[in-house]
Amino acid sequence: MASKLGLIIKREYLAKVRNRSFIVMTILSPLLIVGMIVLIAYLAKVNDEDVRVVTVLNESDFFQEDFTPTKSVSFVNFHNLNLEQAKDSTNALEYYGLLYLPKGASLEEVAHQSYLFTKNNPNTTVTQQLERIFQRQLRQDRLKRLGVSSEQFSSVEEPFEINLSTFEGERSMKGINELKAFIGGGFGYAIMMFIIIYGGFVMRSVIEEKTSRIIEVIISSVKPFQLMLGKIIGTSLAGLTQFAIWIVSASALLLLVVMLFGVDISALSQDPNMSGASMPGMSQLAPMDSDMMLYAKEILDIPWGLMIFSFLIYFVLGYLIYSSIYAAIGAAVDNETDTQQFIFPIILPLMLAIYVGFFSVFSNPHGPIAVGFSLFPLTSPIVMLMRLPGGIGEGAVPLWQFLLSIFLLIVTFLGIVTLAAKVYRVGILMYGKKPTYKELVKWLRY
Amino acid sequence: MDHILVAKNVSKTYGDYTALSNISLEIPKNCIYGLLGPNGAGKTSFIRIINQITHQDAGEILFNGEPLGPEHIAQIGYLPEERGLYKSMKVGEQALYLAQLKGLPKQVAKERLKYWFDRLNIGDWWNKKIQELSKGMAQKIQFIVTVLHEPKLLIFDEPFSGFDPINANIIKDEILQLKEKGTSIIFSTHRMESVEELCEYIALIHKSEKILDGKLSDIKNAYKNNMYSIGMHVDGDIQPLIAQLNEEAEVITSNLDIKDNQWDLKVQLPSEDTATILSKLTKMGNVNRFDELVPSANDIFIQTVNNKENGK
Repeated sequence: MASKLGLIIKREYLAKVRNRSFIVMTILSPLLIVGMIVLIAYLAKVNDEDVRVVTVLNESDFFQEDFTPTKSVSFVNFHNLNLEQAKDSTNALEYYGLLYLPKGASLEEVAHQSYLFTKNNPNTTVTQQLERIFQRQLRQDRLKRLGVSSEQFSSVEEPFEINLSTFEGERSMKGINELKAFIGGGFGYAIMMFIIIYGGFVMRSVIEEKTSRIIEVIISSVKPFQLMLGKIIGTSLAGLTQFAIWIVSASALLLLVVMLFGVDISALSQDPNMSGASMPGMSQLAPMDSDMMLYAKEILDIPWGLMIFSFLIYFVLGYLIYSSIYAAIGAAVDNETDTQQFIFPIILPLMLAIYVGFFSVFSNPHGPIAVGFSLFPLTSPIVMLMRLPGGIGEGAVPLWQFLLSIFLLIVTFLGIVTLAAKVYRVGILMYGKKPTYKELVKWLRY
Repeated sequence: MDHILVAKNVSKTYGDYTALSNISLEIPKNCIYGLLGPNGAGKTSFIRIINQITHQDAGEILFNGEPLGPEHIAQIGYLPEERGLYKSMKVGEQALYLAQLKGLPKQVAKERLKYWFDRLNIGDWWNKKIQELSKGMAQKIQFIVTVLHEPKLLIFDEPFSGFDPINANIIKDEILQLKEKGTSIIFSTHRMESVEELCEYIALIHKSEKILDGKLSDIKNAYKNNMYSIGMHVDGDIQPLIAQLNEEAEVITSNLDIKDNQWDLKVQLPSEDTATILSKLTKMGNVNRFDELVPSANDIFIQTVNNKENGK
């Protein structure tokens, strides 16, 4: 009996792995992912580089030093031109706009009589940048009249961020919950994708056996349940193989891309020995740097062992539950187009899990909704993984919740696989019928 | 024990649909047994129960004297009506897989496959994919896979559908040889004439019920009705001859070919005694054919069904 199951698993595995589309998918996917990352990085860079040039005609004695280029706006100063000439030149040079500051007795007066000329309605980023420059000078000017020196003003302008701490006295970080949930979300998302893709493989494989009419030959040798189980296990092993290939090849490719395109890896890496001297830009970001260190520490603090261990557990259990349903659907129909009406209800809880995860777990990983969905077996593989980066124990996921969710998954799997096997057993020998839900329920009683 | 398979009061229902009701059959060892009946009669349901694909709701099945169980799967070979193979798998690999599922060790399966591939002249197909083969070619592979593990009982459901006449003959000869070697064989078909010549025993199934079973020759004898087909050479008018014959028997049809004076007629005799009519016929002309018209399985089937329905 066991050897027959082994034979089936082996055949299903080899059939999947040797399949041309599997090989193509395996090779292309990492390329696509890396390509996407490069594309996104490139587009972001292009977006950043889209600097608008504003010409400045300053006839006043004020604001001489204040128009310094920022990330999105740079300035060109016009001298000895009148307003009309300046307008024409700006148009001719195809610059974004002209900022005109007329002569005036006071800074206040100049500011209020200044104009920004543009072709169309100006971009808010640009107007905000300009307004900020004016505001800062106006504030400084008004305060000066109240007797505050520029030095005093500068010292007042120091930015402020609130200090954060846990009750235990460790320094805590803004956004670290989001970061952790994001990492957990990545794991959960991977599980969802895997379930949908490989569940689909199981389903198509069942349909193939039905349409090629080999099914009756096989189940005269083995029990339908053995065939179904062998198919599910064999396909999941093929999936794990694909995952392994992806992880190895994607990291290799990413490394290659980094080396070839010179993406600033130091910005990503968390090397504590990074010297400020060699990176002049970094020296003034010193506080940021220590924040980065803290993030790095938090990332390293995530219980990766637990994450990978529970990823495997939740993946296996979640996949077993869903792929049994997929197998039953495959058995119930004659061709793939008939599967639509049954597929949607399966994907629904998975999508729900992802949305609940991103909206609820991010903001409150241990709130009632997060806890509920991380216990409910059809969503727990995804939602629990989003909660787990905080670890297990006090202030994190209580051990009982972790164990209960696994227990519920196992119980659900046993229940669902029994029902699925019944539908499967009847369905594989039914041809030419497009079954309804009502009929499927009837099959359960055969 | 002289029966390979005994079914006692086997019933099976799917929801409201009755597939088999109270079927009892005894299939002797080392014979070819025809399971005959129209589509939807319940033949395939019965065969699936023997193959333990489904289980009967009531009744008992004995295989070789023991209650049918999973240990008998390896002793049964089944060629289903709905048969196929994995399209993208290679022929040899696939045959090996299916043989191993039946419990054959890999090495033994390989040797036997080689023997059969050579025997059916398909040795060079080993590395071909099924999708490259024609339907008839694939059927040969299916046949080999069915018999490879040398089962005690072979079940063929509509075995000749899809075969061209030449290949059908090859397979028929192979089946007869397997029978010679001691295998018991069940044929299931709705095309009764196709297996009539092969079967020693038959069972007729109609609307989930067995309506008739037994040795084919016995059944035929029981259904004979003393109808004879006669051919003779005559000179002259046949009308007086018909009148003469009608004194002894009933002339059902009569047809005279004027060109060569060949007279064909069908006669119903009142009893099995043929001497009287033969002596009369020989006086009328030169008798060149005198055959008893034995009913075909199909005739018997239709007659039984009619009798049954009229009897109700």
